Amino acid sequence: MISEHLPILQVVIPLLAAPLCIFLRGRAAWGLAALASGSALAISLALLGRVLSTGAISYALGDWAPPVGIEYRVDAVNAWVLVIVSTIGAVVGPYALLSVEREIEARRIPLFYAAWLLCLSGLLGMAVTGDVFNVFVFLEISSLSAYALIALGRDRRALTSAFRYLVMGSVGATFIVIGIGLLYSMTGSLNMADLSELLPGVWDTRTVRVAYGFLAVGFCLKLALFPLHLWLPNAYTFAPSAVTAFMASTATKVAVYMLLRFFLTVFGAAFSFDVMRLDLVLLPLALAAIVSMSLVAIFQENVKRLLAYSSVAQIGYMILGLSFASATGLTATLLHLFNHALMKGALFMALGCVMYRIGSVRIEAMAGLGRRMPITMAAFVAGGLSLVGVPLTVGFVSKWYLIVGALERGWWPVAALVLLTSAMALVYVWRVVEAAYFRQASAGARRSGEAPWSLLAPTWALVLLNLYFGIDAMRTAEVARVAAELLLAGTGR
Amino acid sequence: MREEIIVRVGAKILAPFIITFALYVHFHGDYSPGGGFQAGVILAAAFALLALVYGLDEVQRVLPPRFVRGCAALGVLIFAGAGVATMALGHGYLAYNAFAYDPAHPEGGQHYGILLVELGVLVTVFGVMVSVFYLFAGRGRREDPQ
Repeated sequence: MISEHLPILQVVIPLLAAPLCIFLRGRAAWGLAALASGSALAISLALLGRVLSTGAISYALGDWAPPVGIEYRVDAVNAWVLVIVSTIGAVVGPYALLSVEREIEARRIPLFYAAWLLCLSGLLGMAVTGDVFNVFVFLEISSLSAYALIALGRDRRALTSAFRYLVMGSVGATFIVIGIGLLYSMTGSLNMADLSELLPGVWDTRTVRVAYGFLAVGFCLKLALFPLHLWLPNAYTFAPSAVTAFMASTATKVAVYMLLRFFLTVFGAAFSFDVMRLDLVLLPLALAAIVSMSLVAIFQENVKRLLAYSSVAQIGYMILGLSFASATGLTATLLHLFNHALMKGALFMALGCVMYRIGSVRIEAMAGLGRRMPITMAAFVAGGLSLVGVPLTVGFVSKWYLIVGALERGWWPVAALVLLTSAMALVYVWRVVEAAYFRQASAGARRSGEAPWSLLAPTWALVLLNLYFGIDAMRTAEVARVAAELLLAGTGR
Repeated sequence: MREEIIVRVGAKILAPFIITFALYVHFHGDYSPGGGFQAGVILAAAFALLALVYGLDEVQRVLPPRFVRGCAALGVLIFAGAGVATMALGHGYLAYNAFAYDPAHPEGGQHYGILLVELGVLVTVFGVMVSVFYLFAGRGRREDPQ
């Protein structure tokens, strides 16, 4: 009986746990948050298993049949995204306990976990729903709680970066809701599957094209595609460590999913690629993001900011896969959603361990840390290798598919550029490694010991996932392939 | 304004009517304009009026900030919990037909369901509105707005 309600429980469990956190104190609030994140992972894995064996699941909210009522619709694509978000939630949840106690005032901790769970349920909701207005509602839930989470950072600059994110994010959300409103005015429907059937009849109207433009700009703002990424580096740099690890691996990923869902399922691949030429719009932006942001990352002194710029470059890889307009390219995009979540999660969590011990993540402060915190820095190195794309890590798998996709289209300069930017990633990862292993320890690093195991265990869990799915990529690549074909085929209804 | 007798007595007379009107707007929300959001704002306005006339401290003795914040959380619990209740009764999430008192007319449950979730909206909006008012009204008075 429970199993038929899984799509709604995916959202409702964190949503119910969030207000309960407000009535709890300190560690009890954390326990509830960790429990809710863990159960979200169990539900998403169950959903993915069912979707892969029996096809899409539809759940009608309030027993109102779609397309009139709100429909939650899970297929291989969003089940995959649900697994990504809830995996990171379930790993960062246990990690948060000590990291948050160190970085956030005690009286704000229950509020922190309430906002955390709201953010989680918002992200899961965006992924699970099959209703475009519902997407907007969950987008606002996740964004508003994200602004609050970022503003809780210890540095006072966290406030200004959260405010800047709020302004940019609200502009993005407004563009999205305008786009949705225009679609509704043309079709009278808000259901994704229904829209995908109604839209071909009105393709040739200016309203639909304007809606397409609004949605494109809105989603690109939310997913931080160059040059709309300006909110991201500061937000990631000054947010609490656990928040950075969580947001960097989930928020932009869900935005990429929304872009894919709207432009490939709702509008249809044919409209996006043949009429609107989305691929030609995204290709230069993706390449600019990859090259310029990798270059900027090389010159950063704060490692968190370095990784934030690298995130913008990595988002470029995802969009690059989409711009190939092929099944291989999309497989690369979907694989990289998961793989990038694993590697950036591991890297930001290793930085959180450093922050916990020495209170700074500047490169000069991390000098000599390789001897003082060997387990933490080993995790960082493993995550860094994955970011570069060394074989036996997940980064290699995504880059492989990306290069195969580029060669399929005959775009060998693009393939060469992917290789070149991997070398640039090596440069910025190496700067940290060089400081940590080959320089004299700074005063702070000399005093510090290894981070506590409750921080190291979740970090290493992600590192091991990086290696496991780098060696045995069959399962992830298969799911990504199924999802990519589903996206290109349309609704699958 | 604390010395103005007309304002003080006027606010005291108005407050219960504003609160009653908030409840009216809530309970008629399912078939006429209104609902939980508007009712919550009106309810909060009653206490904002009292705070303007009698001072913030007097109102916070009746509605402590902790209680108000609890209200904001409780409303979400009522709304989401209503959905869980319908699931427990063997229906879908937020399928209000589960609340029907007469099995021959399951759609009668829709009234109760809407009133229940709107009650959740009322409590949350009231809590958030009063919290926001407290934060603005309390600025510069204390270090700790909690």
